[in-house]
Amino acid sequence: MVPMGIKDNICTQGIKTSCASKILGDFRPPYEATASALLTEAGAVSIGKTNMDEFAMGSTTETSFYGPVKNPWDLSRAPGGSSGGSAAAVAARSCWYAVGSDTGGSIRQPASYCGVTGVKPTYGTVSRYGLIAYASSLDQIGPLARDAADCAAILDVLQGKDPRDGTSLDGQYGHLLEGLTGDVRGLKIGVPTDCFGDGLNGEVRRAVLAVADVLKSRGAEVVELSFPVMEYVVPAYYIIAAAEASSNLSRFDGVKYGWRAEGYDGLADLYNKTRTEGFGMEVKRRILLGTFVLSSGYYDAYYRKALQVKAVIKEAFDRAFETCDLLLTPVAPATAPRLGESLSDPLQMYLSDVYTVSVNLAGLPGLSMPCGSDSRGLPIGAQLIGPHFGEGRLLNAAHAFQSDTDWHKRAPKGGEEL
Amino acid sequence: MTWETVIGLETHVELATKTKIFCSCTTAFGGDPNTHCCPVCTGMPGTLPVLNKKVLEFAVKAGLALNCEITRYTKFDRKNYFYPDLPKAYQISQLYLPICRDGRVDIGGGKTVRIHELHMEEDAGKLVHDPWIDQTRADYNRCGVPLIEIVTEPDFRTADEVIAYLEKLKETLTYLGVSDCKMQEGSLRCDVNLSVRPAGSGELGTRTEMKNLSSFKAIARAIDYEANRQIELIQEGKRVVQETRRWDENKDATYAMRSKENAQDYRYFPEPDIPPVELSQDYLDALRAAQPELAPAKRARWQADWGLPEYDCQMLTSDPTLARFFEDTVALGAPPKQAANWIMGQVLAALSARAMEPKAMPLTPPTLARLIALVEGGALNRNTAVKVFEAVFDADGDVDAYVRDHGLEQVNDDALVEQAVERVLCANPKSVEDYRSGKDKAFGFLVGQVMRELKGKADPRAVNRLLRDRLA
Repeated sequence: MVPMGIKDNICTQGIKTSCASKILGDFRPPYEATASALLTEAGAVSIGKTNMDEFAMGSTTETSFYGPVKNPWDLSRAPGGSSGGSAAAVAARSCWYAVGSDTGGSIRQPASYCGVTGVKPTYGTVSRYGLIAYASSLDQIGPLARDAADCAAILDVLQGKDPRDGTSLDGQYGHLLEGLTGDVRGLKIGVPTDCFGDGLNGEVRRAVLAVADVLKSRGAEVVELSFPVMEYVVPAYYIIAAAEASSNLSRFDGVKYGWRAEGYDGLADLYNKTRTEGFGMEVKRRILLGTFVLSSGYYDAYYRKALQVKAVIKEAFDRAFETCDLLLTPVAPATAPRLGESLSDPLQMYLSDVYTVSVNLAGLPGLSMPCGSDSRGLPIGAQLIGPHFGEGRLLNAAHAFQSDTDWHKRAPKGGEEL
Repeated sequence: MTWETVIGLETHVELATKTKIFCSCTTAFGGDPNTHCCPVCTGMPGTLPVLNKKVLEFAVKAGLALNCEITRYTKFDRKNYFYPDLPKAYQISQLYLPICRDGRVDIGGGKTVRIHELHMEEDAGKLVHDPWIDQTRADYNRCGVPLIEIVTEPDFRTADEVIAYLEKLKETLTYLGVSDCKMQEGSLRCDVNLSVRPAGSGELGTRTEMKNLSSFKAIARAIDYEANRQIELIQEGKRVVQETRRWDENKDATYAMRSKENAQDYRYFPEPDIPPVELSQDYLDALRAAQPELAPAKRARWQADWGLPEYDCQMLTSDPTLARFFEDTVALGAPPKQAANWIMGQVLAALSARAMEPKAMPLTPPTLARLIALVEGGALNRNTAVKVFEAVFDADGDVDAYVRDHGLEQVNDDALVEQAVERVLCANPKSVEDYRSGKDKAFGFLVGQVMRELKGKADPRAVNRLLRDRLA
């Protein structure tokens, strides 16, 4: 019996699943997501659904219709997003672990801001059945926990082919938890110089690069390499994610379930009023953007181009993994922002996803782990990226780091007692 | 000026799979509203489509039979639009890499129609407006029923050609078993794209698309109506507007539904929830090898091997179940022409009297074959056999047991027949006289009397022969 939190975009049978949106109202799915069913079967006990950015669109958990989540390390700050509720709950020791979803960094970035370990698995290795889609080709469910070993144990339960998800795959990892030897001798850690340039906070840079030193001391080899696609990743991501979102969220129209506007006049007005009143600002912004890039006359200039960029990014990773086994990068350019700070400048918020979105575009596994704290005592996270189905390697490297450091053991004030 | 009509068709055909295209709900027609659906086909949040392999197989079989190129790497796309009968607000269809392309269909009279493409997609639900309470209700039973859409090139010039193509299409698809093609149940639906141009012109005129055509008759009438409407417009110096028009069956006219300017932007993009499908050479070879013999091949073979008349061949191939019934009966030893006569006569009459489809027929080939064998072997005469047929049809009864239990075996003993002849001649001296004085009708009466004397079980040929001998 292990207490867990479930992000509120993962369907739980008979239990309210709102995606932190007004439009889903008190939607109670008549079915259970594969991921939560597997964990329940393995002995997990859900202690509740965790708050999130509305439809997982946001980087701070402030776009929730039900109010923001506060960062347990500093209640005036955001926990990151969109799985901010899951990350904060684990950091505050409210539950042992939580599941989140990651479309462009939504597990890794809040894990980083809250000082917990989170994994975005290889695309397809965890069933998406029952995960309310944001961007179907990028969405992936994964764990947020106190350390890499717990994440490995959770992934051992979660991963595998699901007949109800045609895109699901069996990672055939064997047993991830048993594979955690901490032996990283000969492992080649690639450090992409393009990820440590301008725009990265100095404290974050130092803490992340220190990870390389720890792994080196355990016998790993560290190589610098170039990753010359960084300037394209954010635009490509926001075009593809918004395009898919505009289609995925069309079903929320007030006709079948969820919230319906009152006082409408005819069908078009029912649609208009329900969607105008039911969706928040950020969701509307992405639906509009997605609708635009798919529109006749713009498809080639935006969506098709973004798919081409996606292919280029995949190739860049393929080349990188020819010379190294894992990549080490920051998770976010800085530590947790103050609540309210990001909402005023959405473009700046989008740009802060620069280190995480490429992993989703390439379908790769990525891990975020605590590797230090800044001068205000806020956690700093480091990202490890592996090749397809490289979860074992990824988790073992993180486990090796966590065997020699105690950043992952630190809890915010008030969290130690549990 | 002489005008030429140019027509292309978009035909939606419902596939005869047991379950829907992306979930395991039944595809059965009808049912109480919203009883044939689940969270997947009603597009509930978080659910995902999983492709039914049978749909792929049926689409490939149809494509092979229509001489299409099969796309070895095929994908699905989303067609986005808001309407309450479409619960996901997008239809999963194929735009960029449809399963089949570049086919052709021979429609007779030396005419070939080119198939532009054939793609798989899901059907939408149905909206039922209740004027009494002024409410519209959605029935999602049909959501996710698999369809193929077959798009032709603009190769038709007349309504007759269109009907010939549709007949051919229907025959082909029913023989493949991939659809029952029932227009009245909506399992075959057709949109007509039509334009006119001066005869001899190489350019296409502005076209309209007609919808709501629910029968072959409606299609033919709509084509004539729309061609005339367009010709009149042009002759009056007006312009044909590119638009979608609705055929009104009651008014015998088409009405504008929406113009090109108001056409929806469907914002197609690749469906991320269904991985691309790759078809191996082995898969295609196996399907090709398993293609059933289609109607034209059957007709040719029956004519060549069995000398069956063209008319019989057409009748018997009008329905694949009937054709199979015929072949099975012949395979059990029935002479082909005899089997054909029985099926075209008694079987079709029995079916039509019961308003029954051949598929639902209780009678099996062994029963009919046995009946024919008894007639051929002289054990039953044809008239008695018809009565036996009627008696065994509904429960596929045992022919031999019925004949035995009812004492219907033909009287093949000449002595018995002679005795009956004797009795009849004695009892009808007037008729004997009439016959002898040249009234042929009297002979028929006497034959009838002898047959009656023998309770109809005699071989009429024997009665004829013996009666004539006796009267000579």
